[in-house]
Order: sequence, then structure tokens, then C-alpha cells
Amino acid sequence: MDMLAGKVKLTQQSVNSAMNPTDALARPIRLEARDVTVHYGAKQALFGISIDIPDRAVTSFIGPSGCGKSTFLRCINRMNDTIEGARVGGSIKLDGEDIYDPSLDVVELRARIGMVFQKPNPFPKSIYENVAYGPRIHGLARSKSDLDEIVVSSLRKAGLFEEVKDRLSEPGTGLSGGQQQRLCIARAIAVGPEVILMDEPCSALDPIATAIIEELIDELRENYTIVIVTHSMQQAARVSQKTAFFHLGKLIEEGVTEDIFTNPVHKQTQDYIMGRIG
Amino acid sequence: MNSLAVAALLLVLLGLAYQSGWSRSRALATVGGPKVHSRPQYHGSYVAIWTMMPALVVLLLWAWLGGELTHNHITAQIPADTLQALDQTALNAAINRIRAIASGFGVAGEVAPYEQAAGESLRSFQMLTGTGVLLVAALCGGAALLYARGRITARLRARNAVERVVNIALLLCSAVAILTTLGIVASLLTEALRFFTFINPLDFFFGTVWAPNNAPTAGNYGRYGLLPLLAGTLMITAIAMLVAVPVGLMAAIYLSQYAPRRLRAVAKPMIEILAGIPTIVFGFFALVTVGPFLRDFGRLVGLNINATSALTAGIVMGIMIIPFVSSLSDDILNQVPRTLRDGAYGLGATQSETIRNVLLPAALPGIVGAFLLAVSRAVGETMIVVLAAGNAPVLRGNPFEPVATITVSIVNQLTGDTDFSGPQSLVGFALGLTLFVITLGLNIFALYIVRRFREQYE
Ligand SMILES: Nc1ncnc2c1ncn2[C@@H]1O[C@H](COP(=O)(O)OP(=O)(O)O)[C@@H](O)[C@H]1O
Ligand SMILES: [Mg+2]
Repeated sequence: MDMLAGKVKLTQQSVNSAMNPTDALARPIRLEARDVTVHYGAKQALFGISIDIPDRAVTSFIGPSGCGKSTFLRCINRMNDTIEGARVGGSIKLDGEDIYDPSLDVVELRARIGMVFQKPNPFPKSIYENVAYGPRIHGLARSKSDLDEIVVSSLRKAGLFEEVKDRLSEPGTGLSGGQQQRLCIARAIAVGPEVILMDEPCSALDPIATAIIEELIDELRENYTIVIVTHSMQQAARVSQKTAFFHLGKLIEEGVTEDIFTNPVHKQTQDYIMGRIG
Repeated sequence: MNSLAVAALLLVLLGLAYQSGWSRSRALATVGGPKVHSRPQYHGSYVAIWTMMPALVVLLLWAWLGGELTHNHITAQIPADTLQALDQTALNAAINRIRAIASGFGVAGEVAPYEQAAGESLRSFQMLTGTGVLLVAALCGGAALLYARGRITARLRARNAVERVVNIALLLCSAVAILTTLGIVASLLTEALRFFTFINPLDFFFGTVWAPNNAPTAGNYGRYGLLPLLAGTLMITAIAMLVAVPVGLMAAIYLSQYAPRRLRAVAKPMIEILAGIPTIVFGFFALVTVGPFLRDFGRLVGLNINATSALTAGIVMGIMIIPFVSSLSDDILNQVPRTLRDGAYGLGATQSETIRNVLLPAALPGIVGAFLLAVSRAVGETMIVVLAAGNAPVLRGNPFEPVATITVSIVNQLTGDTDFSGPQSLVGFALGLTLFVITLGLNIFALYIVRRFREQYE
């Protein structure tokens, strides 16, 4: 029953977004990137990226591989800090606050901006511990029952609870690829983020697992601002309201997803969408 | 037989064979002709292998039987009555004199007529057999060459045949290593079994007193209890591990996670230099520096620490093993996939949280494997213990007192005058066998764990 209800709701949403494509741009801006550049050592990977990310909508980054989508995504939660030799310039603001401000606590930032990676990467711990890990290190649960509640509700939001409720103490690495990826989404959700970044979350999954994750993303956008990198234009068209096209480290074009796919302004965007580059 | 001639023969055969196989193969590859299976190099190698085999077999046969034949020939030249009069030593001397005469170098002293005659006869015998063997080898090789050359057709799978030969050659080489191991184990076993004909195995494995009688008389062999040595070995190993594991592991964590690339490039080789220091140097470092320091330090705090003690040897051995632990752990930490660390960082974990909660648990099996390998290193270590542990084979639990280990006792029992008929020397093999079993078990277990760990991330 639950599943069915979800499906129905989902179709309605998709219909909504299809009917009102400009809705996304009417939303308040959550993230504001201005002139972002990234160098890896001497090599420049991003050239002056400026983009606004709308609140509680899905924004997708598309473009040929190596064009800097992941690099830009990693700027948003400062994961580039962990890469030796990476330097970031320009500014990114979350709710008007510069995330590269030296006084800002990176650890806190990453709790507000969660991330899901290309390859499912559950910790070699139990399913429960995987989800509980974030709340534990951030001290989000006052008691064991608090923690249980966070774990269960996160797993529910990630659409995984029904499948794993009888084996929460089994290792997360024993799940299927799609389940692992949803576990990673649950793990990110458990920290209570406002923004969730996803770097090609379905590229290691089969079509059915992919469809499940796409549905999930569509549900999640009710409560979260989502940025997703994808190499599949169909996926971008299906799940996102706003799309940005990257090429060779530059942001070529951005706008309402439908416009980008039906009516691209730039020649490079047209070529990519027609399958002539990539 | 002249080795120069042999080498020349083999080289000529090799060259001829390769060349003829090669040119034959080239001739096959005509435009519009059949597709040739293998390239000319393979046909060349194919013929060369076919040619060398029989030639080498002939030469090896001669090397094996030739000495005996020559020897018989020489003794046959010595008159029967002279031969009767010679004992073994004198006979050998005579034979050497005859060989020397035959080689043309001459001999000291007067040459008896029979010696002269025998020398000349030997020379012609050597000429004859030498040329004969070379000739036979050349003929066999040549015949094989023609045969192999005749077999070359476009469809001949020379490439595969060469592959097989390479395969066999490699197999033989690894067989050498394996057979050596087996041989060593077999000799350890048989000699240890001989030891157990003198000493009851129960008295050996469970005896608590080590007091060998190094000048044994029947019935009074002394006592050969293993336990004091085993206890000493384990105590020193434990101390060494207490030093090496924390320091080595922390160093590995620092180097693999915290150190900037430039520092790592310098620090890693530096640590590995530590592994290159000969253990004897560590031994006198222990004896001259660490031991006296520990003794004085003990006096300062009211402890009675011997300069040569389990503590001294253990600490220095631990220092010696640090690079071993750290470079193994470093490899293992680097094998933990980066995505796992990213997962933790992405959740807002700090670096040390990531290391403690994600990296180390993920690497734990591998680190345990490294630990066990280090233990087996420590158990077998000798030089440091010889110099710094004090060699007191007494069963006691105080690390400040001298102890003895299995390795040291082997050294003691097998150096100096040894005669392998009594237990005082044979015990070395029993101890060696014990050590071997311990380290073998540790290594197998460690490799098993490390392999399981690898599989997890592949
Ligand atoms: N850690 C890194 N070190 C050096 N260069 C990198 C690193 N990560 C990415 N790059 C380079 O930056 C460019 C953009 O990469 P990336 O952001 O991964 O592209 P995408 O995700 O669009 O395929 C590529 O040219 C890539 O080689
Ligand atoms: Mg990427």
C-alpha cells in the first residue's frame, strides 16, 4: 500500500513539474556560486563558474566526462579540501554565508551539505552503524532510543527500511549495489542536511536500481535541496528541474531543464544533447 | 675436456640452429603463400632448442660418467704390483701426478717410468675421448637440427612450443627453490628425530630446565628443557611488539594520512633505511648504548635492571622491526579505498575520526596480518639477542633479568667444536624445527588474513 501511495504521489509531482517548469526558478536561492575556479596543482579544472541553486528542487550538472562536474560538486561541501594540491577560488554562499570563510567550521558545513558518491561506499560496519555514524559524531542523539529513531526514519526516507528491517545488524557491504546506494543516502540524510550532493549516484547500478533511486530523488526534493551530477541526459531530464551544462571546465548554459533539452541556446549544448560530443 | 671447445661448440650449434630455423621460416613467408603461424624468431628458437637438447644431454652424460672412466683408465695404467703397494692416499697422489704429467705441467721429483707411460697414455685417452664426445655432441645436435628444420611448416606452432619450453624452464627454477625448502625441512626433521633418540620429546617440549651437558657421557646428557628458551623468546618478542607496533602503526598513519607529499617523499625512504641496518649493528647498539642506559635509568628510579636483559633486547628489536611494521601498515592503509574515507569526510567526520572509525577498522585484518609477520620476524631474530639478552636460560618472568632464546641456544650449541653424534649438537636441529614450525604457522596465518583483507576490496 505504502509503495503504491508513493507512486501515485510521485506521478502527481512529476506532472506538476512538467506542467510548471519555471516553478523551480521561482524558488528562493539556496546556494550562490560566483566565479568559482579550481586548480589541481598547475592545472586549472574550473574557469569562473557562477550559478544559483534553487531551494528544494533538483539541479543537475551534465557534460562530457572530465569537464569538471565532480570538481564543482566537491566545491560545494569543500570536499576539495581533502585533495592534496587542489585550490579553490571565487565564492560560494549557502543562505548568504560564504562557505570558504576561514571562520566557518568545515565539519559543520558537511553536516549541512551531505554527499552521495558515484560508487556506493558503505562503511564495513552493520547497516545500523552505517546510518548511526553521522548522528553519533555530531552528537545528534541524546539517547539510544533517539538514535534508533533517527536510523529508522532515515532508512525510511531512503526507501530502504522495509527491505532491511530484519537485518539491521548485518554488514552494509552485504547489500546489493542499489541497496548500498540507498544506504548511503540514508546515511547522508541521518545527519539532517539541508542540501544533498549526488555524484553520478546511479552510474554503478542496474536500470531497476536506477529507477528506484530516481523515484527516491524525486521524493526527497520535497525536503532537500538536491544537486546531482549525471552522465545520463535522460536522467537529468527525468529527475531535475534545473540543468547546468559544463564543458571543458566552463559552465556553458544553465536553465530550466525543459528549456535546456528542448531549446538549448548554445551550439555546444546542442551538440552534446544531440550526442555529437561526449 | 677443454671447456673452451665445449663453449665454442655450443655457441656454434646455437647460432647455426637459430639461423637455419629463422631463414627457413623466412622462406615460408612468401607473398600469397600460406599464412605462417609463428614469426621467424620463434622458428629460430624452436630449432635452437631442439638442437641444444641432445648436445647438452651428451655433454652432461660425459660430465657425469667421464670422471669415473678417466679414473679407471689411469688405474689400469699403473702396474699391478705397484698398485697393490699403494694405499688410498698414495693412490690419489699417484693419480694426481699422472694427471699433471698428462697435462704437460710436469711434477716435482723424479718421474717413474710407469708414471711417464701412464701420463702419455692418459693424454692420448683424453684427446680421444674429448674429441669423441665433442663429435658425438655435434652429431646429435646436427641431427636434431636437421630434424627440427625439416619439421618447420607454415602450420607448425613453434610459438606455442617455445612457450612450453619457457614454461618448463621456469618450472624447473621454482622447483629448485621448493626442493631446497623441502630438503632443509627433511634434514631438520631427520636430525631432530635423531636428537629424540637421546632425549625424550616430552622432556624436551615440557622440560623447565635447560642445562645441556656439552661433554656428554652415555646416560648423562644433561637436561634439555625447551620452556625457558620459549619463555625468553616470547618475552622478548612481546616487548619488541610493544615497541614496534604502536610506533610503526602511528608512523604509517602519519605518513599515509597527514604528511604532506614532500615530507612523505623524504620520510619514507629514511624509515626504510632503518630496515637496511644489519642486525649485528643493532646488537651492539643494544649492548653498548641501550643496555647501560636502561641500567642507569633503573638505578635512578630504584629498579634493578640488568644491562643485558630481555628488556634491552626487546626494545632494540622493536626498533629494528618498526620499519617493517610501518611499511606494511602503510601499504595496507593505502589499499583502503579512497571512497570510504570520502564517505566519512562527506558526513562531516574530522580527519582523526575518519582514521579511527573508518580507516583503521577497515584496515584491521591487514594490520593484524602485518603484526603476525612482524612477530615471526622477532621470533627468529638472533644477533640482537645473542649480544644483548644476557644468555641466561632460566625460566623466569622478570624482563629486567637476562634470558636466553631459542635462536641464541642454537648458536651456543652449534658453535665451537661440534660433533653431530651427541644430543648437545643435535638439539640445534630440534630447536630449529620448533622455531620453523612457529614461524611457519605465524606466516601462514598472517598471509591468510592479509589475503582475506585484499579480497574484500577487489
Ligand atoms: N584529484 C585530482 N587531481 C588532479 N586532477 C584532477 C583531480 N580530480 C579531477 N581532476 C581533473 O580535473 C578535471 C575535471 O575532473 P572531474 O571534475 O572529475 O570531471 P567530471 O566529474 O566532469 O568527469 C579533469 O581533467 C580531471 O583530470
Ligand atoms: Mg565525475
